[in-house]
Amino acid sequence: MRLEPIAAPSPARTFAPPAIAIAATIAVAALLAALAGANPAQTLGLILKGAAGSKFAALETLNRATPLIFTGLAVAVAFRARLWNIGAEAQLYAGALLTVLIGTQGLPGPLALPLMALGAILAGALVLLGPVILKTRLGVDEVVTTLLLNFVMALLISYLLEGPLKDPMGMGWPKSPSLPRDTRLPRIIDGLRLHWGFALALICAASVWVMQTRTTLGYEIRAVGLNPDAARFAGIPVTRVLLKTALISGGLAALAGFSEVAGLKGNLTTDLSANFGYTGIVVAMLALLHPLGVVISALFVAGIFVGADSMSRAAEVPTYIADLLLACALLFMVLAILLTRFRVVRG
Amino acid sequence: MTELIDILLSASFWAAILRIASPLIFATMGELICERAGVLNLGIEGIMVFGAFAGWVTIYAGGPLWLGVAVAFGAGALFGALHGLLTIPFGLSQHVVGLGITMLATAAAYYAYRLALPEVTNPPRITPFQPLHIPVLSDIPWFGQALFSQTALTWAGFAVTGLTALILYRTPLGLALRAAGENPQAVEAQGLSVTALRMGAVITGSGLMAVGGAFLTMSAFSSFFFEMVNGRGWICIALVVFGAWKPGKALLGALLFAGFDALQIRLQQTGLGQVVPYQVFLMIPYLLSILALIAMSRRAEVPAALMTPFNRGDR
Amino acid sequence: MRIDPMAQGPVLRLSGITKRFGGLIANDGISLSLARGEVVALLGENGAGKTTLMNILFGHYTADAGTVEVMGQTLPPGQPGAALKAGVGMVHQHFTLADNLTVLDNVLLGTRPLLSLSSGRSAARARLAQLAQDFGLAVNPDARVATLSVGERQRVEILKALYRDARILILDEPTAVLTPQEADALFDTLRRMTQQGLSVIFISHKLHEVMAISSRVLVLRHGRLVGETATAQTDRHQLATLMVGAEITAPAPAKARPGATLLKLDKVSTARQGNRPGLEQITMELRAGQILGLAGVSGNGQGALADLLCGLDSPTEGSLTIAGTTPQAWSPRAALDHRIGRIPEDRHKTGTIADFTLTENAVLESYAAGGGWMNWRAARAATAGIIDKYDIRCPGPDTRIRLLSGGNMQKLILGRVLETTPRIILANQPVRGLDIGAVTYVQEQLIAARDAGAAILLISEDLDEILSLSDSIRVISQGRLSPDFPRGTKTPTELGQWMAGQGFDHAA
Repeated sequence: MRLEPIAAPSPARTFAPPAIAIAATIAVAALLAALAGANPAQTLGLILKGAAGSKFAALETLNRATPLIFTGLAVAVAFRARLWNIGAEAQLYAGALLTVLIGTQGLPGPLALPLMALGAILAGALVLLGPVILKTRLGVDEVVTTLLLNFVMALLISYLLEGPLKDPMGMGWPKSPSLPRDTRLPRIIDGLRLHWGFALALICAASVWVMQTRTTLGYEIRAVGLNPDAARFAGIPVTRVLLKTALISGGLAALAGFSEVAGLKGNLTTDLSANFGYTGIVVAMLALLHPLGVVISALFVAGIFVGADSMSRAAEVPTYIADLLLACALLFMVLAILLTRFRVVRG
Repeated sequence: MTELIDILLSASFWAAILRIASPLIFATMGELICERAGVLNLGIEGIMVFGAFAGWVTIYAGGPLWLGVAVAFGAGALFGALHGLLTIPFGLSQHVVGLGITMLATAAAYYAYRLALPEVTNPPRITPFQPLHIPVLSDIPWFGQALFSQTALTWAGFAVTGLTALILYRTPLGLALRAAGENPQAVEAQGLSVTALRMGAVITGSGLMAVGGAFLTMSAFSSFFFEMVNGRGWICIALVVFGAWKPGKALLGALLFAGFDALQIRLQQTGLGQVVPYQVFLMIPYLLSILALIAMSRRAEVPAALMTPFNRGDR
Repeated sequence: MRIDPMAQGPVLRLSGITKRFGGLIANDGISLSLARGEVVALLGENGAGKTTLMNILFGHYTADAGTVEVMGQTLPPGQPGAALKAGVGMVHQHFTLADNLTVLDNVLLGTRPLLSLSSGRSAARARLAQLAQDFGLAVNPDARVATLSVGERQRVEILKALYRDARILILDEPTAVLTPQEADALFDTLRRMTQQGLSVIFISHKLHEVMAISSRVLVLRHGRLVGETATAQTDRHQLATLMVGAEITAPAPAKARPGATLLKLDKVSTARQGNRPGLEQITMELRAGQILGLAGVSGNGQGALADLLCGLDSPTEGSLTIAGTTPQAWSPRAALDHRIGRIPEDRHKTGTIADFTLTENAVLESYAAGGGWMNWRAARAATAGIIDKYDIRCPGPDTRIRLLSGGNMQKLILGRVLETTPRIILANQPVRGLDIGAVTYVQEQLIAARDAGAAILLISEDLDEILSLSDSIRVISQGRLSPDFPRGTKTPTELGQWMAGQGFDHAA
């Protein structure tokens, strides 16, 4: 077999493969539920209900989506430039760390919060800058270095939380002191458990969209991602573009840490992130790297996680069904997108 | 300083190196075979997780030890087949598919584990491979304990390395694999199927990665627990680069790496461990891997067609 | 031993071969046959369908209709292995060698059962030496292919086919990378082969070669077989007309009136990059209103000189002066700022971004003017202007450029360059792979730019192109530059000697 590009895909070509991918993911979900001895339809219903069946469930999903929008954007920006940032997890923790460090200095809230966000962005950017410099200077593959740095960062955070940053009032648990009330992100509407981090995520998504479509930097990033040789030939400073991309991507991932600490948790622990950095890759890929699509796909992914959590309390189906479904969705979707543009021919 | 000398003189230190290196050797050879044929397999981390589970669950269900190894290999090969299908005939991004396979295999292992053992907090233990007593050699004082107190699986790892080198450099199959990673057009023009060669390499390589994972449950820790692979797969990718895509050098890299790992574990118990937080010691493997990548960055002889899909129509 | 080619049936017969790519028909019911011991030339423009036809014969492609018969046996479609086994060998235009392997290993690849336990190198070595001697194809079997010259690589490709007992050898544009002298040596080898009863299909678009080597000519145009004749009964003029379907009128530039010196290289050297030689103490001048042709065998430093002028590479020694000023920092951006227009060698890999639209490609070198913001409206309008003025056939400025033909792609690049009225133009293989209409168009535009006062450096591996367009010619060989030969002062043979590296020591 081989692949042949389709010059002008028909509507059926454009919409059928993704639809089949979604159907296939649902089929896998049913199969997994059946494997666990549960009723597939009931399990799916419970996931749906757990994700969006009540005001509480919907708010839970929005809260869960917030860090995923940030990490999804971080990945989407980087992948556009073919910069394989698999280190959003580390950048998230770097951001969370700076948020706690600055937030516990006793500064007044209105001054502290912007500083915390800024500090987080810088920290996240710096964490990604290292691998990117190694890539542009020495040709070291950034996939492996960013992945490895996730483990290094986790150990660094663990050390800090057991050592210098340990909360004296924490009854021995490895966690940081809590942020004072005025350095936390307020709720958007009183009484609703949804903080301004979510709004910030939406603003970031819109800004990234404007950046990608309207600015020269967005144009440069796409050119470098699609064909670095042609970009260099045309006078685009490829290395500088990659460094700028790294700063934006690392900064966005770090904002996930800022938002989780300042908006939701109030302190830093070693389990602050439920693999938000890695899940951001799925979010970005399902959104086809489109910044506004990231918002939708983050809501979808968050819904599956929240729904699966809720479902597993009622049915005997492990919550890991969520991770399994997302991995399937990712693989089905990349194949489906390919099939919207190519047809498989014999020979 | 004397503590360091004590460590270096203890036979158990050298035995630990071989033990720590074993899973890395299997998985590194697996990755090396894939990359030599032109496919970067980032599924390695998840395939190791699944291999660890598959091997463990076979024994837990009452199967013989070598059946566990075979089941792990088979499961890894299946994930390899999926990776290969998506990246070779369909030519999808090896980065995205590889990470997807890692997520899939990891989640599948955890899901299956939870299905098998819904409520267990203490992971059940199995009876693992026992050290193989080699007549004469194992009885030599010090050396016997240092070098010849390993399980059969460790020796199998060395055998796999030798076999990989032999096949790559001494057989027509190896020649074809090396050519497929360098210039797939050359392979096709000589009447061979690039797709078949690369599929074979990824399936076999993924099987070996899973055996590397299985070593953890079946020879090192005796039980399966979450996060047990802990980045070893990524380290193996660095080891392939460090070994300049050559089996012998990659083996040396794995041993060297295991040496540092064994050393840091022991240094934690010394006076140094009182001063330096244990997390710093645990960082060493990851930092070393990054350093290895930096050190080899200029000299590495990367297969020219690595990560380049081959579509028969394009020329 | 001389065998009468007509005494036996044909060794090869293609019947009714048809192949479509999407909407394009690449081969339309082509039939041909090949007798033992003959050389058939397959003549046609770029895109006429020659290579596609041969790729079907060899099994790289599967035909939509038609059959391939070798020695009376029908070949299964889409299986190069079957073609090889039946005695078909193919030397591709882009060599299919693995650089990391030795010559011997490249020859051995695929010749033995994959699962056998020995590599079979020692027996192969002796056989290879014998073949090399029989056919005059000397090459070191233990050299890594990465270290070989282009001519040596071609010999390895031919040896690969001979090693597998090829009875039919297909050569796709084999002389494109050779000096005239090397091409003659290749022709000698081919004659030895036909004397031994091998048959050869020789793909070319160069008429004089076809006249020199073939016994029969088949002409393809737009995927159809439009002519078949014994070589002795035709002439170049008739073949040319058949090939393009009309009389060719090559552009004939008027006499140049060179003006001020716009580009000056003084003893410039650049670094070697892997296999590619750097420049060695090159001194040259390029003047306004002049086309300077740079001839040479591929891989002799053309790439280094092009990279230097594009801004991709900087001199390690010597100086570069543009219109009297020496640039401080040298980069692609600096080259553009000094008004150097660049037509790159590879329009797919460096000239355009395949997944960008025409508009996005048109502004690649000028997008930054808006101070951080893209002005898409102006960009689209400018692109629509280029589409109009340069007659680019496309649905519109929002079409992805990957859907355009090579000629239309090149016209966009040409428009992008010429619309900035550059002082200096680097045209690196500007017409390679284009059909004759596009070739003439691009060449006329270059001549017009010259007449408007631009200084043009034309790099080409096609000596005919250099001879017809250049006001003066220099030859590059192993990074060294010959003296300036004004138009009409050197014959192709003399230039060929320079291309082979002769004469440089006396000139130095």
